[in-house]
Amino acid sequence: MRHIISILLENEPGALSRVVGLFSQRNFNIESLNVAPTEDETLSRLTVTTVGDDRIVEQITKQLNKLIDVVKLVDLTEGNHIERELMLVKVKALGAQRDEVKRTADIFRAQVVDVAPGVYTVQIAGDAGKLDAFVQAMAPIGILEVARTGVSGIARGDKMLSL
Amino acid sequence: MALETSRGETTVELLSGADMIARFLKDEGVEYIYGYPGGAALHIYDALFRQDDVKHILVRHEQAATHAADGYARASGKPGTVLVTSGPGATNAVTGIATAYMDSIPMVVLCGQVASHLIGEDAFQETDIIGVTRPIVKHSFSIRHPAEIPMVLKKAYYLAASGRPGPVVVDIPKDMTAPTERYEYVYPNKIKLRSYSPVTRGHSGQIKKAVELMLKARRPVFYTGGGIVTGRACEPLTDLVRRLGYPITTTLMGIGAYPQSDRQSLGWLGMHGSYESNMAMHHADLIIAIGARFDDRVTNSTSKFCPTAKIVHVDIDPSSISKTVRADVPIVGPAASVINEMISLVQDREPSNPEALIEWWQKIDGWREERKGKLYEPAEPGEPLKPEQVIEEICRFTRGEAYVTTDVGQHQMFAGQYYKFDKPNRFITSGGLGTMGFGFPAAMGIKQSYPKDDVVCVTGEGSFQMMMQELSTCKQYGIGVKIVNLNNGSLGMVRQWQDLNYKSRHAHSYMESLPDFQKLIEAYGFTALRVESPEELEPALERAFADKNELVFLDIYVDPREHVYPMHVPLGSMRDMLLSKTERT
Repeated sequence: MRHIISILLENEPGALSRVVGLFSQRNFNIESLNVAPTEDETLSRLTVTTVGDDRIVEQITKQLNKLIDVVKLVDLTEGNHIERELMLVKVKALGAQRDEVKRTADIFRAQVVDVAPGVYTVQIAGDAGKLDAFVQAMAPIGILEVARTGVSGIARGDKMLSL
Repeated sequence: MALETSRGETTVELLSGADMIARFLKDEGVEYIYGYPGGAALHIYDALFRQDDVKHILVRHEQAATHAADGYARASGKPGTVLVTSGPGATNAVTGIATAYMDSIPMVVLCGQVASHLIGEDAFQETDIIGVTRPIVKHSFSIRHPAEIPMVLKKAYYLAASGRPGPVVVDIPKDMTAPTERYEYVYPNKIKLRSYSPVTRGHSGQIKKAVELMLKARRPVFYTGGGIVTGRACEPLTDLVRRLGYPITTTLMGIGAYPQSDRQSLGWLGMHGSYESNMAMHHADLIIAIGARFDDRVTNSTSKFCPTAKIVHVDIDPSSISKTVRADVPIVGPAASVINEMISLVQDREPSNPEALIEWWQKIDGWREERKGKLYEPAEPGEPLKPEQVIEEICRFTRGEAYVTTDVGQHQMFAGQYYKFDKPNRFITSGGLGTMGFGFPAAMGIKQSYPKDDVVCVTGEGSFQMMMQELSTCKQYGIGVKIVNLNNGSLGMVRQWQDLNYKSRHAHSYMESLPDFQKLIEAYGFTALRVESPEELEPALERAFADKNELVFLDIYVDPREHVYPMHVPLGSMRDMLLSKTERT
């Protein structure tokens, strides 16, 4: 099963490499990884999506918790949560393709954020499934480049991952 | 440190980074540092030169420094300290750091590093040692400002020794220790790490549940590991086991946590463990695992592991629980406190199936009986000695009270099997990583702290040659360890596997061109005795153990055909063991 694990990490040099290293060292999977500072400058928030059975995911969370730099973590998939990912896509846009790209983007509530002769750059946010569907829809027109941020997530309601 | 002047004013001491390190080590109560100097560590070495509180032992290879500090830590229970320079100094220490990591041994490794402004430029003797050691440390630090040295070192020692212990690496760029820059030094008495708070006690509900299972059990076995030794839980464990009257088996790392001469002790378990312990585990209906980690050398195939048993698993590290074998009652907590809570719960109660327990003991005694007198055949005069009998003799000679270190291979298993330990911290071996070369430097580290005790390194000619340069260190500091070289002219355990699995094709498991060990040892000014037949053994031991302060090397020629038994059949259950060269069960 796919799991989204959100981690509050000490904002220290080398902390990220400990997390990433743990996954390769123990043969765990990383599907996507997203890391950025938080409102508290001493902490980074890191979101990993991983795939594994219950036993493996239990080991992943236990091993992560054991890292001294990991302050707190939550497996978001254990409860209701919101999952978002941002993607920037360059697609071919020549002649009739320009309308086709714009229409498809509208359907997905994506925005054309940059225009060049023959090329549109489209921005889209959503869960990973929506982004996959958009890539599929654009494929026949001609995708030139894809940049995805990896999944970020947060629990619904008043549940919080904080100190 | 804040000092009071004659006028009652408080002043603060200003120290360089290097002096802070030396002072901190003193304030932390560090007795010995094992190390080797080099460019990036020279400011620190200069600071050590100017003080007399902390003793530095100059080894001959950085790997030996880590093993010596490790041996010291295992025997004393206190963290070992290592000091090496950057680059090759630090990379040479890697094997010893990994060894300590696998066996959860507290150790702090101070590594010199090139100056901050050179980091990343492939400077002379630069290695990213934080990166290299990342998977084999409990944690590591890089010093970024001299003022943070006391606090970082305090954290390093705290992390190394608390919770599940382990090695901590501190990387110290040379400019952090520059003698010209001075900062306030205060020994930090307290530290707080917001992301690290090891549990101090187990969950009471879970402990109650475990105790109910324990009292109802019909075929219980205690299975305890190194966590009992590092967690200083030997006394409460012995109390609990005796109250209940249940059998106990330990891992290689847990040897001596419960007296092996006691009737309830089944010896140690696993691949080369005792027949009765493996049989008892396989047939048990309850396994009470404490401070052990269900390692593959214990369990054999996990899918066939103890098919009828429920499992109580107590460990301070949650990630050890249900990692390889699912626990029915998991308890996260320090061994000593959990066991004490168990004792208070069983205090006025009796096991509810006394008849079943009597039957269980009859079964166990039956297994013991089956193996009696069949362990090995002692050599007749004129025949080559059996390694087993050598160990038994050494045990007798040292009244079972020596510190015994080992390297890795057949001799390690024989030492574990035939030396009987009634005390913890006495059998000192690289159990997890299986590091050849560990035994001799580890013995050095122990002997220095326990000069009045016998410290015996049981080794083989393969392992000994990996760290034999330390003879020079022993000469310099007058370290009187006894080295017992079980010389079979081959890498015995490799050869055993080749006999069993590769139709005796002995690919590179023999040693040609062995040195004349006697001459080699004499070159360092020590005594070496060669023992080739059974009648020579006793006089040689008498000579070797005559003076506790003298290093003596016994080069004992043993039967190269001897194999270690029992031996687990690969992919089998715990009861699937080969018991001799001809017999399969």
